[in-house]
Amino acid sequence: MPPSALAGHRQSATAPEGERFTEDDLIYFSSVSENTRRFVEKLNIPASRIPVHAHEPQLVATRPYVLLIPTYGGEHGKRSILPQIIKFLAHEENRRLLRGVIGAGNTNFGEYYCIAAKKIAVKCNVPLLYKFELMGTSEDVLNVRKGLELFWTQASLNRKQQ
Amino acid sequence: MTEKLKLADKVEAINWNRIQDDKDVEVWNRLVNNFWLPEKVPLSNDIQSWATLTEDEKLLTMRVFTGLTLLDTIQGTVGAVSLIPDAITPHEEAVYTNIAFMESVHAKSYSSIFSTLCSTKEIDEAFRWSTENVNLQKKAQIIESYYHGDDPLKRKIASTLLESFLFYSGFYLPMHWSSRAKLTNTADLIRLIIRDEAVHGYYIGYKFQKGLEKESEQRRQELKDYTFELLFELYENEVQYTHDLYDPVGLSEDVKKFLHYNANKALMNLGYEAMFPASVTDVSPAILAALSPNADENHDFFSGSGSSYVIGKAVNTEDEDWDF
Repeated sequence: MPPSALAGHRQSATAPEGERFTEDDLIYFSSVSENTRRFVEKLNIPASRIPVHAHEPQLVATRPYVLLIPTYGGEHGKRSILPQIIKFLAHEENRRLLRGVIGAGNTNFGEYYCIAAKKIAVKCNVPLLYKFELMGTSEDVLNVRKGLELFWTQASLNRKQQ
Repeated sequence: MTEKLKLADKVEAINWNRIQDDKDVEVWNRLVNNFWLPEKVPLSNDIQSWATLTEDEKLLTMRVFTGLTLLDTIQGTVGAVSLIPDAITPHEEAVYTNIAFMESVHAKSYSSIFSTLCSTKEIDEAFRWSTENVNLQKKAQIIESYYHGDDPLKRKIASTLLESFLFYSGFYLPMHWSSRAKLTNTADLIRLIIRDEAVHGYYIGYKFQKGLEKESEQRRQELKDYTFELLFELYENEVQYTHDLYDPVGLSEDVKKFLHYNANKALMNLGYEAMFPASVTDVSPAILAALSPNADENHDFFSGSGSSYVIGKAVNTEDEDWDF
């Protein structure tokens, strides 16, 4: 069940206030537990956060980007993708510009570890780039920073070749 | 113990239609959806497999499970209950009652395993061992002392370290058997416990961090130092406990890696950076695979030979498809 479902009655009073455009090539979601935000801060690269609350303006990508999202369990992997992320991906531009997914999670969830990131990667036909646990270790930070650099370099080379 | 466990000072009727912290609802729902009972797991299918273990392996397994039983009992009857008076919201109190009950289910489930696989005499001997093992008693005593102490945030630290760190010297063994296709139904049951403990550790750690926000810089530093001191104290005891149990079967070194790996996760649940470097957290892949069965696509793009990958074009997806 989405975290905002019961709280929805408080939020529905405010209509969405339009859109906020971003040129960052890393877009992430982090709940109020802030685990994923802490990881992104450690990366030290420009990144935009998908709004947590419904009354905040919708985030819209304007260039190719990688999506970094956590998985919060969900029973048997169902409803594992949070409504805020579904709403973000429901925007056509955000789907069109998505190039890869990075998942945060906890191996304690067994086969559903990072299931939300896996599902989005399959659904949008983009690679699952990396998985890490909770707020990530320093090795995870290095791997993702290096990995993203290489990934975007490779992407621009591919474009030139075509 | 003669002292009274503190009760919540004032109780008001809980209104689930007025939520102060969305995490309370989210975690409550997750715990309810994850609810299970040991009777649902076909443990009797492990009887044949149990017979293939050596006497040493059987003894080790029973001791490990009585150790886990003790920790779950503490967490069910004292630990989670001791957190209730400190709760910030009424819904947080309700979540702790759920956690307390589920810990009692965990404790009982080990008895289901025992009654399926072992004789009454063996069971009684294993329980007697649990009351006499120095390191096991010490870890119980350290944790209990904080539950009876008067610092609400230290209680949460102790509780998170129990949920996210102390169980794992025990959880290692059923994962090890599972990786060798032994006691696989028992491993299924343990995986359910492991999943629950992840939610418990995450939630109690989150509430710790919420509490920390209201504290002075000096007190925050004190609590951080305290966390690492307690972790070290528990860690040293865990290492001895591990050698005591696992030396006869030659698994101690890999168990210790599993301890490091989980100590890092316990720290992260409390909002602190992981402490053990990757060089000492490289648990054997067989154990990780047993932890996450069917997750066969465990290689990812950055770690694999990603350079030759051609980026796929995003498929246009109708909005209603996003109802996963």
